[in-house]
Amino acid sequence: MTDKKLKVVIRDLYKIFGPDPESVLDHARNGMSKTDLLEQHGHVLGLRDINVDMADGEITVIMGLSGSGKSTLIRHLNRLIDPTGGEILVDGTDVLAFSEEKLRELRQLTMSMVFQKFALLPHRSIVQNAGMAPRVRGESDAEADAEAQKWLDRVGLGGYENHYPHQLSGGMQQRVGIARALTSNSPIMLMDEAFSALDPLIRTDMQDLLLELQKDLHKTIIFITHDLDEALKLADHLVILKDGAIVQQGEPQHILLNPNDPYIEDFVSDINRARVLKVRSIMAPLGSANRDNTFGEVDGDSTLEGVIAQSGGDTTHNYLVVKDGEPIGVLDMKDLVRALVPRTASEQGIRGQASAA
Amino acid sequence: MAYYDWFFDGLGLRTWCDGAEKTGSMSMAELMAKAKGTSVETPWWDVPFPSLDNLHKACGSIARSVDMTSGVEEAFLYIKGGLKAVLDPITEPLSWLLDGSLALFVGMPWWLLIPILLAGTYYASRNVGVTIFVAISFLFLAFIDHYSYSIETLSIIFVCTVLCILLGVPIGIAMSKNDTLQRMTIPVLDMLQTLPAFVYLIPLIFLFSVTESKLYGIAIIMYAIVPVIRLTDLGIRLVDKDVIEAADAFGMTNRQKLFGVEIPLAMPNIMAGVNQTIMMALATVVIASLVSAPGLGTLVLRGIRNLELGVGLVSGFGIVLLAVILDRVSKASLARINTTQRG
Ligand SMILES: Nc1ncnc2c1ncn2[C@@H]1O[C@H](COP(=O)(O)OP(=O)(O)O)[C@@H](O)[C@H]1O
Ligand SMILES: [Mg+2]
Repeated sequence: MTDKKLKVVIRDLYKIFGPDPESVLDHARNGMSKTDLLEQHGHVLGLRDINVDMADGEITVIMGLSGSGKSTLIRHLNRLIDPTGGEILVDGTDVLAFSEEKLRELRQLTMSMVFQKFALLPHRSIVQNAGMAPRVRGESDAEADAEAQKWLDRVGLGGYENHYPHQLSGGMQQRVGIARALTSNSPIMLMDEAFSALDPLIRTDMQDLLLELQKDLHKTIIFITHDLDEALKLADHLVILKDGAIVQQGEPQHILLNPNDPYIEDFVSDINRARVLKVRSIMAPLGSANRDNTFGEVDGDSTLEGVIAQSGGDTTHNYLVVKDGEPIGVLDMKDLVRALVPRTASEQGIRGQASAA
Repeated sequence: MAYYDWFFDGLGLRTWCDGAEKTGSMSMAELMAKAKGTSVETPWWDVPFPSLDNLHKACGSIARSVDMTSGVEEAFLYIKGGLKAVLDPITEPLSWLLDGSLALFVGMPWWLLIPILLAGTYYASRNVGVTIFVAISFLFLAFIDHYSYSIETLSIIFVCTVLCILLGVPIGIAMSKNDTLQRMTIPVLDMLQTLPAFVYLIPLIFLFSVTESKLYGIAIIMYAIVPVIRLTDLGIRLVDKDVIEAADAFGMTNRQKLFGVEIPLAMPNIMAGVNQTIMMALATVVIASLVSAPGLGTLVLRGIRNLELGVGLVSGFGIVLLAVILDRVSKASLARINTTQRG
């Protein structure tokens, strides 16, 4: 966690919408609430005091309910929206200082974007759409088409290059959207609810596709979603937004086990924990635990669901947790069962009994 | 004597009023009143509206409305010289274009021009049915000896529509990019569209001589340019915001965005504007035959002037046929564009 190279850094970012945002920035800095700012000063607080470090080659997921400011935040990174206050550093350079020209270069070479509503050009064929980035940079049509074709094949759309967007299903159109972003060969990919408009099964396919691509490409991906399952599946680093401010951020497993806000507890209470939690997140470290009479070995990255299947439902045993063949901890099946129940749910259960008594 | 005397007396303006000599002719009513030599007490329900003429009766210094209209005329004639000096050279190419195109269209033998028109129709519409319809219509018009009139009308519409597009599309684009410009332009467009074509013919007749082709050219363009401007503005404003955002996110320049995204996506609306522009040009070219525009309109005019019912009706039918042709061809090309870019 310590010595990862930071690709994108956001510092003290504020965004206020309205006729004169600068004038109320101090109120926002001093902690005036979103409603007060709207009622007393007629300005909408978009983002408040955002600080995020996005590491090179990782997927940072930004999650929040609709209206929490996710789209506003991601649009700051390529400056489709300009902030009211704060800093955005890409590879250590402040992009807010960029001229028009430099900014266009950043968008052409360093960042690409995938959109919720696909946003393909309806009058251009699939291969022309996918080749948008090299064409914008002024490369020849032949070069652009060749590069686009390569990525279309990679996302499973070989053979559709001469179709038009309206001839393709939503899932296929979004594959074009991803191919378009990949064709730009930019190290950073911004994805604003890229899979939210798709059917659940197709959405799962697309998530798998993204993870598989990421295994080879190691891009810095900033992914927006309102779906916790999706966030947990994709995230290396999870940022949870509420009303324009970050309520918690960190390793997804950690947030799941230690939610620090009722808002997050609400989110967390509905998910299938057995499928999401990993053994390494709930094991006891090697030193403290009882290594004797371990019943077998489990992988640190396997899910609790996997261990339950392996144990046949027997909760009496301990397992040795290994990673790459090395032992790293011990899993007590009783801990596993306890971890399946969210903290709030268990508290509520107790409260429920108390009031019934 | 006059009803409003009390008003000017009350204000102490009597001397100012009587200071002015009455000039110009007397109205009939004034003469009658003078002849009778009486001034009857005005009953209260006959109180006259304080119009220029009525106030003039009470106060000679107030202008009559006759003076006002002649004032407007004088003002117009006064600026005419300057206006003409500026407008004449600017608009001269319009005359050349109209005359040149007429000479070209009329001079070309029918067996060459009709196939060219049909090829153009097919190229624009990619529609065999429409092309056959146009072929039959032209052969019919030629058969009843209305061919050269129709071709003249078509030539004028062609030149005026092309100019409307060349001027109107950039104006529409500029309007779509600039809200202030849009706010200022819309009232002008409203005015151009609501004024009957006859009304712009009047100042134009004074500015240019009736024999110049640009006279009717300007009248047609002023009337017909409105829809193409409006729909270009609308079309560009309606381009999907998400697609524009994608274009920005991939670092397109404004120019790449305009030509690669905005204009192509606005094309269905622009073409709908062009279709209306063509129809309005046809409507105006008929009226413009009053000021020497050649074509089917002259036959209609002859029908009206000489009460030649048959001539008027047949040429009217020719105009309808031309209208249907132009409408079908432009709609078919619009439909073709629409199918290639269903969202
Ligand atoms: N241009 C704008 N003007 C005023 N308010 C805006 C503007 N854009 C976004 N907002 C407000 O900012 C908040 C966050 O919006 P958004 O970033 O789109 O949320 P999300 O993507 O999480 O659904 C919303 O309350 C929205 O009303
Ligand atoms: Mg959003």
